[in-house]
Amino acid sequence: MTNLLEIKNIETFYTLIYALRGVSLAVDEGTVTAILGNNGAGKSTILKTVMGLLDDQPDKGTIEFLGKRIDGKDPEVIVRMGLSYVPEGREVFDELSVKENLLMGAYIRRDRGGIRKDFEQIYAYFPVLKEREAQWAGTLSGGEQQMLAIGRALMNSPKLLFLDEPSLGLSPILVRDIFKIIKTINREGVTILLVEQNARMALAISDVGLILENGRFVMKGESKELMEDKDVQEFYMGMRSEESAKGFQRWKRKKRWR
Amino acid sequence: MFLQLVVSGLSFGSLYALIALAMVIIYKTSEVPNFGQGEMAMISTFVAFTLLVTHGYSFAVSFIGAFIFAAALGVFLEFVFLRRAKDPNILSLILITLGFQMVLYGLASWKWGADQKDFPFPVSDFDVINIGSAVISYLNIATLLITLFLMFMLFLFFRYTKVGIAMKATQQNAMAARINGIRTNRIMSITWALSSMIGAVAGMLLAPIATLDPNLMLEPLLKGFAAAVLGGMTTLVGAALGGYILGVIENLFGGYISLEFKSIVAFLIIVLVLCFKPSGLFAKHYVRKV
Repeated sequence: MTNLLEIKNIETFYTLIYALRGVSLAVDEGTVTAILGNNGAGKSTILKTVMGLLDDQPDKGTIEFLGKRIDGKDPEVIVRMGLSYVPEGREVFDELSVKENLLMGAYIRRDRGGIRKDFEQIYAYFPVLKEREAQWAGTLSGGEQQMLAIGRALMNSPKLLFLDEPSLGLSPILVRDIFKIIKTINREGVTILLVEQNARMALAISDVGLILENGRFVMKGESKELMEDKDVQEFYMGMRSEESAKGFQRWKRKKRWR
Repeated sequence: MFLQLVVSGLSFGSLYALIALAMVIIYKTSEVPNFGQGEMAMISTFVAFTLLVTHGYSFAVSFIGAFIFAAALGVFLEFVFLRRAKDPNILSLILITLGFQMVLYGLASWKWGADQKDFPFPVSDFDVINIGSAVISYLNIATLLITLFLMFMLFLFFRYTKVGIAMKATQQNAMAARINGIRTNRIMSITWALSSMIGAVAGMLLAPIATLDPNLMLEPLLKGFAAAVLGGMTTLVGAALGGYILGVIENLFGGYISLEFKSIVAFLIIVLVLCFKPSGLFAKHYVRKV
């Protein structure tokens, strides 16, 4: 296995806010990697930094994709290298039809045959998009928009796919469906880096999990191991560790990962 | 009388529609009404005039030359000034476009002088045909046809070409456009070039009716802006319709009420629209649920 993406010690600032405090990460080809963490831990910031969406960031550190440095490059360039990004909150083109949205996903491609094949592939993953082909994307439901956003990112036929909170604002059933499809996409050969709050779902489909807190990784392991871990269970999966005789938790485990 | 007023109103209206379209195209991408639009068109018209009269080139060569100049001017202004604005807000961008207007106006006055010139045009303004009781000149017919043709081309462009769709995508969500590999800066340049060329068409169609001098586009620009506000600053179709409506209303007002106050109609319409339907008559904008 080779490292598709290699992040070394990046630090990112939002003007004065120190958001990423030295993050290193390697994504193996063919795997699903999940980054878990609380609100504001900096999960999305990692993806945005790698995509080049934050001006003049990362402040320090290097990012390599396919063995080439991509830190400080524009997203337009990075996307062309085969890295697709499904942003948080979907960000579909509201006033373009579903079909046009997908077409924009294939904006950088020239091979008509391949594009047509990918269209069919995506309609196979998400049949509802085919039904709504001519509809404005803004009129779709949240779940459909999420499917569209994933489909649009896949139209670029990426080697590596970034997913930022695909479960955001979706019903539990939809979340399960979407994660199932994410796993399928991975089996078809797309490497995936996933950022999630829904730790249970994310660990269930991922191979490797990392936990981010206050802009640092505090834990890394096989997803199966992480699921067994007491701390992870309590802090990220909402399981209680111990109850008193009266039936409520009298004390809370606190852990500082330092 | 009524038919006559409507027909010539439509002819003027199509010029307003062109200017409105030019403004709306830029407004949708940059979110700034470009008040330099009129002067950009005026300078392009002067370039056509110079090629035509001073250098004696044919109509085709001169007009194509003027279009190339217009496109280059649009790209230049966007690239050199608007893109440099650091952390721009709408007001400062509007001020920049007002700056364009003044600079270009001064430039034209300095280069070509303030005296009025006759702009030759291949279609005559004096030969007329009769439709019922109305009289319409060849030039007016040409204006109408050229405008409709341009609008149709624009429609096809935004509907079926990849660049056209990418332009709409950039207008709707620039970040999402970038992560799909759309070079938004380049789209911005294309937008300005396109808009500037549409403006130039309006200038060159207007110049033979009026006379060519640096004041050529002052009033039409405001009318075009009014038309865009009337139709809705966010829709191309609305802006075009707004142009025609404004042209006809204005002409009817001039014919039946007062010729002297014809010009205030445009401003009256701006005020009324902003009071009662600020989004414009035809804006069917998808409103995102929060």
